[in-house]
Amino acid sequence: MRIKAQVAMVMHLDKCIGCHTCSVTCKNVWTNRPGMEYVWFNNVETRPGPGYPKEWENTDRYKGGWTLRNGRLHLRAGGPVAKLANIFYNPNMADLSDFYEPWTYDFEHLHKAPSKEHLPVARPKSTITGKYMDKPEWGPNWDDDLAGGSEVVPMDPNVRKLQEHIAMEYEKTFMMYLPRICEHCLNPSCVASCPTGALYKRDEDGIVLVDQEACRGWRFCQNGCPYHKVYYNWNTHKAEKCNFCYPRTEAGLPTICSETCVGRIRYIGVVLYDADRVKKAASVEDPKDLYEAQLSVFLDPQDPEVIERALEAGINRSWIDSAQQSPIYKMAMKWKIALPLHPEYRTLPMVWYVPPLSPIMNHLTNEHDLSADGYIPAVDQMRIPMEYLASILSADDTSVIRRVLLKMAAMRVHMRDKSVGGMDEMKKSKLLQEAGTTVEELEDMARLLAVSKYNERFVIPTGRREMDEDLHYKRGACSIEELAPPEGMVTYPFERGDTP
Amino acid sequence: MAEIFWWVIFPYIAFAILILGSFYRYAFRGISWYAPSTEIFEKRWLRIGSTFFHWGIIFAFIGHVMGILIPRSFYLSIGVSDHLYHFFAILGGAIPGLMVVFGLLVMLVRKLSIPSVQVHTTFAEYYTIILLLLVAGIGTYMTIIFNTTVVAYEYRATIGPWFRSLFVFQPQYQLMSDVPFIFRLHVVLSFLLFASIPFTQLIHMFSFPGRYPFRAPQQYRARDGYKNSRP
Ligand code: HEM
Ligand code: SF4
Ligand code: SF4
Repeated sequence: MRIKAQVAMVMHLDKCIGCHTCSVTCKNVWTNRPGMEYVWFNNVETRPGPGYPKEWENTDRYKGGWTLRNGRLHLRAGGPVAKLANIFYNPNMADLSDFYEPWTYDFEHLHKAPSKEHLPVARPKSTITGKYMDKPEWGPNWDDDLAGGSEVVPMDPNVRKLQEHIAMEYEKTFMMYLPRICEHCLNPSCVASCPTGALYKRDEDGIVLVDQEACRGWRFCQNGCPYHKVYYNWNTHKAEKCNFCYPRTEAGLPTICSETCVGRIRYIGVVLYDADRVKKAASVEDPKDLYEAQLSVFLDPQDPEVIERALEAGINRSWIDSAQQSPIYKMAMKWKIALPLHPEYRTLPMVWYVPPLSPIMNHLTNEHDLSADGYIPAVDQMRIPMEYLASILSADDTSVIRRVLLKMAAMRVHMRDKSVGGMDEMKKSKLLQEAGTTVEELEDMARLLAVSKYNERFVIPTGRREMDEDLHYKRGACSIEELAPPEGMVTYPFERGDTP
Repeated sequence: MAEIFWWVIFPYIAFAILILGSFYRYAFRGISWYAPSTEIFEKRWLRIGSTFFHWGIIFAFIGHVMGILIPRSFYLSIGVSDHLYHFFAILGGAIPGLMVVFGLLVMLVRKLSIPSVQVHTTFAEYYTIILLLLVAGIGTYMTIIFNTTVVAYEYRATIGPWFRSLFVFQPQYQLMSDVPFIFRLHVVLSFLLFASIPFTQLIHMFSFPGRYPFRAPQQYRARDGYKNSRP
């Protein structure tokens, strides 16, 4: 057993209002500079839709993530030798047309235009070429709220998979928002794709980072990530990605996207897992088993043996405490209402999603005397097809989605009964049974999902810098530290020493 | 005197700039050490240009090792006659040479004609490509046209031993005095190219990540960076 701690996130999609505040604050903090204009570490996409970049889920095209061949994991885009042979040109990489050509507006003109019959306009100006763009044809959230309709929706790889034709008539359409950041996977294919070894997973908190000094711009990580969450900065020629706002989380603060989330859909906490189980969990044969396999790597933070082993592994007491109160552990592992995004990519993603409920397609005719059990068929008639959610969140296993939706519906029915009454007793209902839950659990869920406060949603231990071994050195470090770091002048290509 | 400058002083200065300049760049300008990719802007032409150029230059490099570093006596001792050698050298030099020149031309035209690539091309990049084009163009001309029309020049008796003599610090510059002008031009421009490496993006060639197939797929690192988490 090799215990590691991981900071993870849950997004409760039922509450996302698609306001993009998360994306905007993230952009202002991290990607608001030349070379990164087209980059959104956090983006919110309307689904069904092509997403950002277009068709990022099309693994035949970008070849991201892992595949299983003869029971062994392989990078879909090819292993190290194949990559080195393709290093001069990466055939699977997206280019700007798959993202969009970023632009600004010529605001100066509004100030300087001479007085004329017509109002002056600020023309769009490309931030790539600096030239005017006559007609931007794609941009961030160009397809927001199903804009583009029947022209754009079929570009969604999940839609193409659906058996039944999805109706684009206004009365019958469905949509949901999907906010996305880097998943900080347990088995990150971006890390494995990097020829230089510039990407790495941090020991302390599992955050996946790009070492900017080591990165040589070979670009295999960009499409090696099946979620397309590593980006090429054309200005510095290095890869950059979401860093889980580690300067904030190390201070015990939530990421900026979570801090500013208007719908308060985001939860952050610590989970403990056994790194030795990761490979096996990622290599199960049937993609439908991947969700359960992923759950099997996590350890119960209340288990005395786990606590003991975690302390032995050097995990700080405050981290174990946090793991015990982790909202992530409750939602993803205990209640099992939060699901991993595309588990079939086999990266064991660490941002979990509570699938959204949606309006029921047919009218409930007898709403006044509807029993709790009457909600069971309702779950099957929700507007967002269960197959669609399953294609995104459970490797096409609709039974997983159905169970979560039943649980969420049961929670609503129960809470409605508690506050306004008029339902038959939940305890004896078939709904409770089919959802596989208890009234107590439903009430806990309702508390965390609906009314929990800031410090319940974000249980983040600080970075414990005081445990760093070189702190004494740093305290007395001299002004030429940059020139003469304690590990010696030239570290690459030799291994770094163990100097304290 | 001029002979000493071109075949002793200039090559050593070029090597010194290459070595010291690269160290300086690595140590103090390390953040600018990368492969100058423009693939994000344009893919179709890059695929042709970059692939032809790089594979061509790899084979050309191997060819230079075989022709310049390995002495003629070695070939004779394993029974490769001069005639046989030149037959294969011309064939084996012509194909990579044409690949390199073709690839460079595609890359140059791409840089000039595709707006998003063009605005991000620096002077150093034009300089690099044009100098490479000169070196490779002259080299290919020597192999294909000079060797077949004028004379199959035996550079293994002159340029080869001279080049090797540089490394043992006994430069035999006299060997270069009768070398045809076109060959001398190729050599001088090549040394200019070597000296330019630390100041251009050509330094990316030293970063070829050959360790990749041998390392663990997943990389963990401790935050403080001074200790590796894995033995
Ligand atoms: C041996 C390992 C080498 C590797 C792995 C390598 C890799 C690369 C890569 C990935 C690019 C970027 C292509 C793009 O996406 O735009 C590039 C560009 C370039 N390389 Fe190399 N290269 C190597 C050797 C060389 C050598 C030996 C030379 C020349 C002597 C060279 C000259 C160039 C030039 C001029 C460019 C710029 C192309 C452009 O801007 O269109 N490379 N190389
Ligand atoms: S989601 Fe993040 S950690 Fe996972 S493969 Fe992509 S970039 Fe790497
Ligand atoms: S800020 Fe929150 S509610 Fe708004 S789009 Fe982002 S995740 Fe959704």
